[in-house]
Amino acid sequence: MNEKQHLGTKHSRKAGLLSIIPGLGQMYNKQIGKGIIFLAIFALFILFSVTFGVQAIAGLITLGTEAGRDHSMFMMVEGTLALILYGIFLIAYGINIYDAFSVGRLRDYGIKTATSLKENFSNAWEHGFPYLLTMPAYILMAFVIIFPVLVTIFMAFTNYDLYHTPPASLIDWVGFENFFKLFTQASWRQTFFDILGWTFIWTIFATIFSIVLGITVAIVSNQSFIKGKRFFRIIFLLPWAVPAFITIMTFSNMFNDSVGAINTQVIPFFNNMLPFLELTSLPWKTDPFWTKVAVIMIQTWLGFPYIFVMVTGVLQSIPGDLYEAANIDGASGWQQFRKITLPMILFATAPVLITQFTFNFNNFSLIYLFNAGGPGNIGGGAGSTDILISWIYKLTTSGTPQYAVAAAVTLLISSFTILVAYIGFKRSNAFGNEDMM
Amino acid sequence: MATTTIKPKKYRSKKTSDLINKIATYTFMIILSIIILYPIAITVLSAFKAGNTTAFALDFGGQFTLASFERLFAESDYLRWYGNTLLIAVITMSFQVAVVTLAGYAYSRYRFTGRKNSLTFFLLIQMVPTMAALTAFFVLALLLKSLDQPWFLTVIYIGGGIPMNTWLMKGYFDTIPRDLDESARIDGAGHLRIFWQIVMPLAKPMIAVQALWAFMGPFGDFMLAKFLLRSPENMTLAVGLQTFISNPRDQQVTLFAAGSILIALPICILFFLLQKNFVSGLTSGGTKG
Repeated sequence: MNEKQHLGTKHSRKAGLLSIIPGLGQMYNKQIGKGIIFLAIFALFILFSVTFGVQAIAGLITLGTEAGRDHSMFMMVEGTLALILYGIFLIAYGINIYDAFSVGRLRDYGIKTATSLKENFSNAWEHGFPYLLTMPAYILMAFVIIFPVLVTIFMAFTNYDLYHTPPASLIDWVGFENFFKLFTQASWRQTFFDILGWTFIWTIFATIFSIVLGITVAIVSNQSFIKGKRFFRIIFLLPWAVPAFITIMTFSNMFNDSVGAINTQVIPFFNNMLPFLELTSLPWKTDPFWTKVAVIMIQTWLGFPYIFVMVTGVLQSIPGDLYEAANIDGASGWQQFRKITLPMILFATAPVLITQFTFNFNNFSLIYLFNAGGPGNIGGGAGSTDILISWIYKLTTSGTPQYAVAAAVTLLISSFTILVAYIGFKRSNAFGNEDMM
Repeated sequence: MATTTIKPKKYRSKKTSDLINKIATYTFMIILSIIILYPIAITVLSAFKAGNTTAFALDFGGQFTLASFERLFAESDYLRWYGNTLLIAVITMSFQVAVVTLAGYAYSRYRFTGRKNSLTFFLLIQMVPTMAALTAFFVLALLLKSLDQPWFLTVIYIGGGIPMNTWLMKGYFDTIPRDLDESARIDGAGHLRIFWQIVMPLAKPMIAVQALWAFMGPFGDFMLAKFLLRSPENMTLAVGLQTFISNPRDQQVTLFAAGSILIALPICILFFLLQKNFVSGLTSGGTKG
């Protein structure tokens, strides 16, 4: 670029300004074919706005004015879809102006630019290839992830519930009312904080126990004298290999108070073996405390193999000379473990801690399939072992649905998990030396 | 004098502590194995029990029959559910693997505007629980008149796994040396050629793992399928099986057990065959919950 002199022309500015109407700037740059394509996209935009877009956005703002005729929820969904499509058009518009401007700039410096459509295409292929590759992923995500998340965000600021169910009645925007409800209205607040408290206890215990058990099993089974390592490894991996919903449903049956295997087989077995114990049958599914104990035990059972595999990998990758050197220096086995093995393991499992934590925080299937969040009722339709995510499910699917409150809770926990994950990944340096290549 | 008396003592205690360690180790591993195998064993045994029981129990006595399997095929919609799930799983797998491989390759090999930000976005968006989308999906399904339609569920499965799997795929591509494609580029190979003929063949192990995950997803998902599929003939296996034991007064435990085995067995075999691959995929890809 340095060798070329600015010719004093103002192609860049003119082209950029002209492409306020998409395509004109390109035509000014003598890229007729490209200009026509941009113009066609613009025409599509106008057509979309006239037939669907403007009306859909208006619908999103009003959410309907006449009950029975206007379906507020459909209007919200259509409005959100229109919003996403407008976002895509906006990006195309930005590209259009940027393109006209930068081609004009090249011309200002007297650099020859491709004018035929064919050349333009091969140019786009050369430089736009990564965008082309990621396009399908983005399109799918726009409709399967971003769209529903937007709808949920919108819904959290409406009064969508049993009494405001379209098409019989309209839904209205209510601002932050749902959030105020959760934090100030006594009955909601009580339920919300009870569930929040248990959600944290559950998450912390389930995560810590699986990690501790996973690490322990990895260390114990990695000792050199053990025979049949492969055999044990297969057994230890089974809880991960068998689809979780099957094991959870099986456990749910096994922990049944009156007929379940735990009370009818396991506890009597211990009583026979160790007569002085005199264990009694436990109310696994009717007493909140024991249900909580049971779900934490089950998640430990389900979750440890993953940690076990990871830690075993770490243990096997620690170079042997490290221990040799420690031996020569006279370090005891315990010292070697504390100064070499443990730091390596903790370093490698730190990121897993985050993913396990967020996974358990949202572990719907265990809580729901084990005892449907029960036993009992602690208000707001929630049972005593419901965590936030299963409470949301109940709020949405119950006979008296509370969609808006559910959406508000969803927003709160999503922001929380994202925040935890973000901080965690930043710290554990997930991006690390990612750009070193 | 004193040192000579201590030495043999120390030696002996070392030997006994080794022995204690061995016993403790094996005891621990065997007890853990029993805890793991117990629920699995009673499921397997129940599947071959005659008649119907209301609860699982470890019981080697009694007659073993295949009656539950026969009933499963003859009297329930089980085969239909299996067919539905397989179809959904295969479609999900094909599309997701294609999309994720392309995107992962782009993120690993090209430096383009917005790359780093969108990668962070991928990492964070995968943390949003599916639950966040439940009501929106429901209303959209109503709007498109596609409630109870398997295709709707399939699209959600395909899209939902994209952020995380793209991230893992990118991590794997990063481990394939760039010198290979660089030298191919110098030799005049185009984008597509480098992708198809040089990098893709090396990424096959990870692609196999991605395929397995995408395939297993619909087998393991309960929540979405339960929420979006209504009629018995459209159900997937997870939802269908639950109907066997969801009614506390009429638990079809033997049917459930038989049905479970036919799901768990193929999945376990796939899992152990590909196990080596995906462990390395996980560690190089960085993160997975």
